Amino acid sequence: MKDQGNYQPYTYYQLMETSLRELLVEKGVVTDAQVSEVAAAMRARQPERGAKVVARAWVDPAYKSRLLANGTAACEELGLEIPSLKLVVVENTPQVHNAIVCTLCSCYPRVLLGIPPDWYKSFSYRSRMVREPRSVLQEFGLDIPQSVQIRVHDSTADMRYMVLPMRPRGTEDWDEARLAGIVTRDSMVGVAVPKVG
Amino acid sequence: MIERSHHDMGGQPAGKVEPTEHDYADWERRVDAMAVILFGVFTGKRRITVDEHRKNIEALPPEAYDKLTYYEKWISALTQTLIQRGIITTEELGRKMEEVARRKK
Amino acid sequence: MKPQFATNFPAVDAKFDKGDRVRVRKTAPLGHIRTPFYIRGHVGEIERFCGSFPNPEELAQMRDGLPAQPLYRVRFKQKEVWPDYKGPDSDVLEIEIYQHWLEKA
Repeated sequence: MKDQGNYQPYTYYQLMETSLRELLVEKGVVTDAQVSEVAAAMRARQPERGAKVVARAWVDPAYKSRLLANGTAACEELGLEIPSLKLVVVENTPQVHNAIVCTLCSCYPRVLLGIPPDWYKSFSYRSRMVREPRSVLQEFGLDIPQSVQIRVHDSTADMRYMVLPMRPRGTEDWDEARLAGIVTRDSMVGVAVPKVG
Repeated sequence: MIERSHHDMGGQPAGKVEPTEHDYADWERRVDAMAVILFGVFTGKRRITVDEHRKNIEALPPEAYDKLTYYEKWISALTQTLIQRGIITTEELGRKMEEVARRKK
Repeated sequence: MKPQFATNFPAVDAKFDKGDRVRVRKTAPLGHIRTPFYIRGHVGEIERFCGSFPNPEELAQMRDGLPAQPLYRVRFKQKEVWPDYKGPDSDVLEIEIYQHWLEKA
């Protein structure tokens, strides 16, 4: 279980991680193999998985209805393994723009999309997104017109949220794979929208 | 300072959101993996709850909460939770940390 | 109201319906709490019944959190929450709040 060529001083926290892991292995609570496997499984969780869901919803209206009714079941329908995830998918429309935050910590649909980015966990995002979402979105380069309602979802409990962005114009004859290619992680958090080209 | 817990930051004044990201180091991924295993997410055997983990992150002193990186907070909180649960003891941890530190010299 | 996610836990009866106006209790007890400070005392509307889940306040203390508490998505108008909110009247905040933190408004 060696670190890959990090020429950095071994910190107190790394000492704690090694020590905790060795103790847990000695006690039979975890195994080294398990830790490696789970780390790899989490690494395999990437935003592409969410993009696949979005693309399917864009091409298949019946799937989209099912997705909005029960995000978990709809992901499982596509063969995506999402243990214990209670997923709520919220739809962007010409009248409504959704954005997700967890002010209390950093709740995020990680078993679907992977580990959240640093900025999602930052003090600034967590404190300002509920209070001045339009300013925060502008910092991300997204200007939402005053005629569009912004719905900010603070994930405080057991549900995890994902935004279903609007399908951009100019993609009418695209296939699912091509559509999935323009669905970014940021568009599923609600700080961006998918762009053509 | 007690009425509103430091971590409960929704609506507090703050500066610009810096869109930083970083590729996680191996030790950070291992912290994440250990937590996920202990929560029983993939194995179904839950040894600790996400709620205890959050409680222990929230219990970090405000300066530590602000200055530690995400996984530095996680390893600290995870260790506290395991001590509270009696899965490890402070003494065992101290002895192991001394042993590992000697090895790393 | 039908829950979005059905669970098997023995649960407290769900007493609120979609559209009900509810106030978040304004109190600041200690312990691990998932009702953000900024929303306490504010009035919103039940948007959906999420389902009933073990109480995280109790799970954090290594207790089982049963009977499960009904959890609701509650919608608040931003202009009613923040006196200085800059944005249209239509902007809203949606937060999941446990039934024991809510009272009929």
